[in-house]
Amino acid sequence: MARPCAVVGIGQTDYKRRLEVSLDGLVRIAALDALDDANLTFADIDAVVIGKAPDALEGVIMPELSLCDALGAVGKPIHRVHTAGSVGASTAISAAVLVESGRYDTVLTVTYEKQSEGNATWALSGGKSGGQGAGGTFAPWIREYIRRSQAPEHIGWTVAVKDRQNALRNPHAHLHIEDISIEKVRESPMLWDPLHFLESCPSSDGAAAMVLTSRDLVDRSPHPPAWVLGHAKRTEFSSFPGRDTVRPQAGVECAEALYRKVGITDPRRQIDCAELYVPFSWYEPMWLEGHLIADVGDGWKMTDEGATALDGDFPVNCSGGVLSSNPIGASGMIRCLEAANQVRGTAGDYQVEGARLALGHAYGGAAQYFAMWIVSADLEPELG
Amino acid sequence: MSGSDDIAIIGMAQTPAYERYDNTEPTLLMTVVNQLLEGAGLDRSDVDFTIAGSCDYLSGMPFAFVANVDGVGAWPPVYESHVEMDGAWALFEAWLRLQLGDIDIALVLGSGKSSPTDARQVFPLQGDPYVTAPLGFDPVSYAGIQARALVEAGLATETDFADVAARSLVAGATNPNATRGDAGATASTLLGEPYFCSPLRRHDVSPKVDGAAGVLIARGDRARQLCDRPVWIRGIDHRIESHHPGLRDLTDSPSTRLAAERLAVTGAPVTVAELHVTHSHEEIILRRALGLDDATTVNPSGGPLCGDPVMSTGLVRIIEVARRIADGTADRGVGHASSGAALQQNLLCLLEGDG
Repeated sequence: MARPCAVVGIGQTDYKRRLEVSLDGLVRIAALDALDDANLTFADIDAVVIGKAPDALEGVIMPELSLCDALGAVGKPIHRVHTAGSVGASTAISAAVLVESGRYDTVLTVTYEKQSEGNATWALSGGKSGGQGAGGTFAPWIREYIRRSQAPEHIGWTVAVKDRQNALRNPHAHLHIEDISIEKVRESPMLWDPLHFLESCPSSDGAAAMVLTSRDLVDRSPHPPAWVLGHAKRTEFSSFPGRDTVRPQAGVECAEALYRKVGITDPRRQIDCAELYVPFSWYEPMWLEGHLIADVGDGWKMTDEGATALDGDFPVNCSGGVLSSNPIGASGMIRCLEAANQVRGTAGDYQVEGARLALGHAYGGAAQYFAMWIVSADLEPELG
Repeated sequence: MSGSDDIAIIGMAQTPAYERYDNTEPTLLMTVVNQLLEGAGLDRSDVDFTIAGSCDYLSGMPFAFVANVDGVGAWPPVYESHVEMDGAWALFEAWLRLQLGDIDIALVLGSGKSSPTDARQVFPLQGDPYVTAPLGFDPVSYAGIQARALVEAGLATETDFADVAARSLVAGATNPNATRGDAGATASTLLGEPYFCSPLRRHDVSPKVDGAAGVLIARGDRARQLCDRPVWIRGIDHRIESHHPGLRDLTDSPSTRLAAERLAVTGAPVTVAELHVTHSHEEIILRRALGLDDATTVNPSGGPLCGDPVMSTGLVRIIEVARRIADGTADRGVGHASSGAALQQNLLCLLEGDG
């Protein structure tokens, strides 16, 4: 039977352009940071799980082969996950499975992207020049959300400002826009209607890492553990007649499976904060609805009322989110580890006071891949 | 013999190794999935977890694996994942996943189409992008260097390589899924062939082909319910070696040896072994690292030298062993998968029947 698994180490690089380090250097910085946080060394690691978005983003096939030395994996298992944009969270989940299976006690998991060494929009367009990119895929679905929900257009700007303000508290964030404002977002160039430039994620470099371990080994590490109470993944086809691209069924079922596993019946009340994968501003209200945190049509109201702000009743993306840092392959893992930071009390200036239970989430492909986990300060929390 | 938490292969399927398959990769996969479900008497909705291995670069398109989902089926939504590795590593993760105890059946797939790709041109990109990749250091050249190291260390001769190739080609002649085989192959005739990448000859190098393979695995009682002769997975272990050739002893495979020790592969007789031999000399290195003697039949299918469906080649090795255990011709065997140049990364899967 599954045994409990906890996050005991968290490591992150800064997410700006990192022309001064190699891919090896980038992942090693995050790995060593996570090991240091866990007060462990590579010698304590039984297996390594890595993830990133398509190999074509940097032009390195099966990078576990060339990164194994930098990650201290020689002589050990190294496993490579790739599930499109959701990969960072999927990788965290695969790493948790290694521990939960009882076969590996302590696992290092690392994800990364180095967008400065490639051309993400080319790759995100399926390797075609002049492609629509991710924003071009999602914009019509966002328009459809706005039509259905009758949301006012300032909601997108509000999310963009909130996440960039949060990023000012996060030293790792790529974007630190001191004078961010509704006006500044609204007046930035229109990229894919209704998405302005400042409603879109940046192209970032960076690596994120975690050390996961089994229950009997958590006491080796100095910080309180973040217990992985549950995880879920769901996938659906990218396109078929009648597909709901605004609120994909796979996203709904992923949340249902996760909440059932953890015993969540009222996510907005029982979950203290969330890190949702929001690469374009409007995805905040869309995922609040798509993952059953808000009723259909009400997600934007949570944003509008300030519920998702750092001092709101359901803070979302306190770290600044994907809108402030997007090393693609790592972005999902950053959501998972920032959720862990919150429940460990190690979130620094963007700590949500008293956070005990947090949600980490990522999606990918044509909003068709979902991966989510819930971490808690308590192995057996009282959900109330 | 096997407890309720043990996990078994209950179904296996593979497409032929096509020199060139003109339909799409999802179609290859759908063939395999349909065969597996039909064989086990299951519906897609009975599968709790699906995981696939493939390589975007073979298709020449980022996110190529997304289209593969069309061959698997994902409506209603499914619980699935993907590794950018051979399907053998997908099996590794599925095997671990079932050990959590909350689900019973997993579908494991590996697929790839090599025909649109010039592997020697593309696979240098497995090297680090700063030193080895710009040199165009391709896997066949790397294998040639490894074979040369074996010869110079006095551990093997070109005749030994030809023996491996001849035995594989003879075996491949009776394998309906192979792309090449030669019932009359002998080492002496093969040695008359010109070098391809000295000291390797063309028959020493696997033909990269198109294909897909898959297995269904199930937990304990469910496995027995669904299958008369479940093939129990006694363990899977994989290990990697340094990326830097100068840090490796190319005449040995310490990662394979370590995995074999962890699984106690030679703790009991090994009837059959299927090894991911894409270059003849690798069999010699692997046999030694695994501690196999002549009592073990190696690559009775002909192995990858008779057809190398990249990204399912390793999973096919496990299938070839499982098939022989399921049909009673073997009772204990090891399937081996490899990734990277010159056996850099190695996986072993130890399988047993109910005895």
